[in-house]
Amino acid sequence: MKKELIRLVDCTMAFDGEIVLNAINLTIHDKEFLTLLGPSGCGKTTTLRIIGGFETPTAGSVLFDGVRINDVPPHKRRVNTVFQKYALFPHLNVFENVAFGLRVPQTLKGDDGRKRRVKVSEGEIEERVQAALELVGLKGYHRRRVHQLSGGQQQRVAIARAIVKRPQVLLLDEPLGALDLKLRKEMQHELKEIQQQVGITFVYVTHDQEEALTMSDTVVVMNHGNIQQIGTPVDIYNEPTNAFVADFIGESNIIQGVMHRDYDVTFAGRRFLCVDTGFDPEQPVDVVIRPEDVRITAPEDGQLRGTVNSVTFKGVFYETFVNVGDLEWMVHSTAAPTVGDEVGLCLTPEDIHVMDRPDLFPKGAEALTIEDVDPEPEFEDKYADEEAEETET
Amino acid sequence: MRRGLLRALKTRPGRLLAAPYIVWMALFTVIPLLLVVWFSFTTPEGGFSFDNFSQLLGYGAYFGRSFWLAALSTVICLVIGYPLAYAMSRETGAMRNTAMLLLMLPMWINMLLRTYAWMSILENRGLLNQLLSFLRLPTLHIINTPAAVAVGMVYNYLPFMVLPILTVIQKIDKSVVEAAQDLGGNQLTVFKRVVLPLSLPGVLSGITMVFVPGVSTFIISQTLGGGNSKMLGELIEMQFLGGTYNPYLGSAISLVMMVIVLISMAVMNRFGEGEEEVMVL
Repeated sequence: MKKELIRLVDCTMAFDGEIVLNAINLTIHDKEFLTLLGPSGCGKTTTLRIIGGFETPTAGSVLFDGVRINDVPPHKRRVNTVFQKYALFPHLNVFENVAFGLRVPQTLKGDDGRKRRVKVSEGEIEERVQAALELVGLKGYHRRRVHQLSGGQQQRVAIARAIVKRPQVLLLDEPLGALDLKLRKEMQHELKEIQQQVGITFVYVTHDQEEALTMSDTVVVMNHGNIQQIGTPVDIYNEPTNAFVADFIGESNIIQGVMHRDYDVTFAGRRFLCVDTGFDPEQPVDVVIRPEDVRITAPEDGQLRGTVNSVTFKGVFYETFVNVGDLEWMVHSTAAPTVGDEVGLCLTPEDIHVMDRPDLFPKGAEALTIEDVDPEPEFEDKYADEEAEETET
Repeated sequence: MRRGLLRALKTRPGRLLAAPYIVWMALFTVIPLLLVVWFSFTTPEGGFSFDNFSQLLGYGAYFGRSFWLAALSTVICLVIGYPLAYAMSRETGAMRNTAMLLLMLPMWINMLLRTYAWMSILENRGLLNQLLSFLRLPTLHIINTPAAVAVGMVYNYLPFMVLPILTVIQKIDKSVVEAAQDLGGNQLTVFKRVVLPLSLPGVLSGITMVFVPGVSTFIISQTLGGGNSKMLGELIEMQFLGGTYNPYLGSAISLVMMVIVLISMAVMNRFGEGEEEVMVL
């Protein structure tokens, strides 16, 4: 196991009494690529700013190498940040932007306990800046003015400027958010390569699940100031712990059901065999089924019967919506059924993921979308409605 | 320049919206300016001559005093105004609004009244000296000296220094400041290497907005300077309204003053750009 580097212990953050982070616990290991993933307002950027020293948690501790650093100001932390909108210095050229952190005199404690001001020599600055620019693919750009650069190039300068300081941890706040899709994909690869080359810890914030899955060693899914799940990209995708994670990572059919006992679940008006165990008898649950796991069959061969509502060509696959009773199923398949046809839907026990239904998140009959989750008052109202419905039935 | 203006009029949509202003400017700024140039090269008899300019040599003291006092007031405004603007930029909500109100409040009062108020403060038996003698301190003779004029100019023009600087500092991207902290800069370093250079445009326009009216002021110097330290503004006024009626000489003085002001502004702007370049290198 890799060495532990940063640990957040019961970190709570409140702005004007509103809780943004709810007592989160998180361990970040040395040389790890860790991604904080979640919708806007989930607390991921706040978490990053706490690590960077720009926010002090309302409660809880931030440990760096086992030392509490809550009150250490940003300029004394061995972390550097790549800011969301680059935040380059507009009055300096590329070279001076990257050299900024090296030109700042540092006060270091010597072995004798005395504080000394240390300056990096001009020769070393030149060498390190050029090396950093080469690493991010901007060799020969050092004399350019910042505003002469494209968005992608500015992003690279921001990365070079941060890593030239040789931090132990690099914090990246949605660094690719402003770039177009193609450039974003390229930069994802490059960032991963840079991380491996310099061999430091990356803490990466994004709302883009694909980005998170592509680059990370560890993904931390957050929502409403709480950590929903921590795991490898494969774990998060294949074994989401709740319907929110399942829906946020990839697309899902999320259906309410009842778990009668181990391996026995009812949803969509039918009893299914499944592989899940360890629930209370007759416990209400969320059932998550990935659209690519649903098979379309002839009506008489299916476990469920429905009518094809729409078919959309998506490139690699067709996205089909099938109405079964009052549920709408999303199916991804390589063959396209005809709209209006009656079809059967088939599920294997391994494809049925049964999850605890957290009280925090309301689930309607149809799949929950991210848009539904965000505004708080709305979701409380919905919840009230749903409760009322439940008591009626 | 004028051709560019005409072309803009022809090609830009919405040009009609600018028309009233352009007519206004032509009638009341451009034509009078041309008249000033015309008069300054003309003798009372109507002939072309450089006489007016050769007479100017006798008024060197006025030029020197005006530019010196304007420069001094500008420096004092900058020294007081920059820290004030910086402090205000770091305040939020009620505190900043209060500071803004206090800064703007005097500007709601007529400038002449404000200056007369200073007269009664600075007089030999004025408020200031009453206070000093009450404290058993030696009294000061300020009224009717250049110092009184400088005090009046600083008081009147300070908001014009603070506001542009404040506006520019407020516009500095917060994340740029955070980036500087993140890269190891303590407060002093962040100020010296990021906030100060990025606020220079505000400083330059503040200097312009204090220096230019400062050079040509006549109300302040007349009221507080008491005729002992006449400035260019008064001199020009005398040529047009006073007993020494001589609009030809007055025009020549105005023209030379304008040219010197323009040159000093150009030099300063160049210096400002140079400053930026130096920091870039």
